[in-house]
Amino acid sequence: MPTVIIGSALDIVERCGVPRFLFVDFPLGNPCGKPWDKAMQQRIVRQGIGLFETIDAPQNTVFCSEEWGDDDWRGRYMEVNDDNRDELARKGEELRLRRANRQRRPE
Amino acid sequence: MNTNPNPAEPVPYLRRSREYYEAQGFEHAYRYAHHEVAPFTELPKPLKECTVGLVTTASTYPRASLEPRKIDSGTTTPPPARLYADDLSWDKQATHTNDLNTFCPIEHLQALSAGGVIGALAPRFHCAATEYSQRSTLEKDAPELHRRLVEDQADIALLIPL
Repeated sequence: MPTVIIGSALDIVERCGVPRFLFVDFPLGNPCGKPWDKAMQQRIVRQGIGLFETIDAPQNTVFCSEEWGDDDWRGRYMEVNDDNRDELARKGEELRLRRANRQRRPE
Repeated sequence: MNTNPNPAEPVPYLRRSREYYEAQGFEHAYRYAHHEVAPFTELPKPLKECTVGLVTTASTYPRASLEPRKIDSGTTTPPPARLYADDLSWDKQATHTNDLNTFCPIEHLQALSAGGVIGALAPRFHCAATEYSQRSTLEKDAPELHRRLVEDQADIALLIPL
């Protein structure tokens, strides 16, 4: 079945390798546009749907030209620094404990 | 591929997440899916005649952070009042997911259908189960999603990971 992906993690999707990809350079969570900005969302979805007709070979990425507005989020997401290093190590321990006790997915 | 119109560099998520998990003391970095080649299927008919299936990674019900995820579906008419994504990794500091149409654009696809750009939006949307196991995804979840899309008579699918 022909597919198009609209997504915001360029390196992850390109590493996977997909047929058609519209890359929207936004914080993860809103690949189809900023919350409540219906006009922008409409443009992005229209562009994404359009790739079904315009892309004729796999592993093609099209860069969407819409802008989020500020770039503060780029450096912050999943950042490791001296302020959170100890906290992350502690959280990791906690997570391993919880995973060891997690409910397994039924086969 | 066309060129990036945005002067800022895309966020290097592969490197960021590797460093993040290392800082959490995990010995093995998450191995992201990797394929040298991707399949490609031509449109079976003109876009304006195609029924579009919609797949999201959000959920129809709230999931706890380590709760096993499962494939789920909901109707596009009426659309859900909301979907749930708190257990997924996305930028909770920069944004929110209270506006469904930012990641499950039912309203916009219905408008494209009304405008004759696509034939129709399929009667259901589907929630993919983003499991850590690539084997589960390939052998169980993807075939099940495909089965549901075919059942909905979808010709093509729009996949939207958060």
